[in-house]
Amino acid sequence: MDALISQLQRQFRDHTISLYQQGFLDDQFTELKKLQDDGSPDFVAEVLSLFFEDCVKLISNMARALDQTTGAVDFSTVGASVHQLKGSSSSVGAKRVKALCVSFKDFCEAQNFEGCVRCLQQVDIEYKTLKSKLQDLFNLEKQIIQAGGIVPQVDIN
Amino acid sequence: MSKVEKKMSKQTKPKETKKKLNVLIVDDDAINRKLHARIINQIGGVSQTAENGEEAVILHRDGNASFDLILMDKEMPKRDGASATKKLRAMKVTSMIIGVTTLADNEEERAAFMEAGLNHCLAKPLSKENLLPLINHLLDAYNG
Repeated sequence: MDALISQLQRQFRDHTISLYQQGFLDDQFTELKKLQDDGSPDFVAEVLSLFFEDCVKLISNMARALDQTTGAVDFSTVGASVHQLKGSSSSVGAKRVKALCVSFKDFCEAQNFEGCVRCLQQVDIEYKTLKSKLQDLFNLEKQIIQAGGIVPQVDIN
Repeated sequence: MSKVEKKMSKQTKPKETKKKLNVLIVDDDAINRKLHARIINQIGGVSQTAENGEEAVILHRDGNASFDLILMDKEMPKRDGASATKKLRAMKVTSMIIGVTTLADNEEERAAFMEAGLNHCLAKPLSKENLLPLINHLLDAYNG
């Protein structure tokens, strides 16, 4: 059992470090984790759940606003949604999503349709990738706890 | 009032008891409301939330609201942070109000927000590290 726990803890550490090193997460995610404790054990999962709900809603808004078949492209709605997504990605430490929103905002302001469509596709891929990788992380956490181990604190510096 | 009387009034004025900090979090973003509420909770305070400046004003309308601190987001629908702050000050609300801006806001925008009646401004995302020293500092000034 100890060997299993050690292996899981190692995987957890490696996965966490890779999320930061590959730029999926930044320091704000570390701050988020600090806000979780025994009094609020699901805090990070709850916040991330709100974030991913935001992603779905805002991406849908942007897709509708960029739909040329319904008339002229509504760049101001796209811009407003990008602004909101940039804010929420910043709040949870979703570094790649936030960086994409910066480029996306520039394309909106320039009313560059192709640029906006490309960014929308990338944002969609990026948030789904992050969601999947975080799910893997949470699964590892769960397995460690179920095996009777302690989830390690990972120093990413 | 003479110097002696002033000194006496200071000594006889009761010290503010250590009570839980009562905070109003005004932000249209659900994630920020949750984050900031958690920070306040970890600092040892209690919080209530409002989704925009108009809700914050309505909460104070009957004169019974009593918050030690208001965290006021800048950009919100219905009534933004500057407008809500001006209105609250006009209503004689004396709570500490900390404006919450973004890094994208420039100096002029921040200054204009401060002009509305803020005690201070912080850029989001907020953290315990940047909020707690400010709360302590402001509480010291508040208590004289």
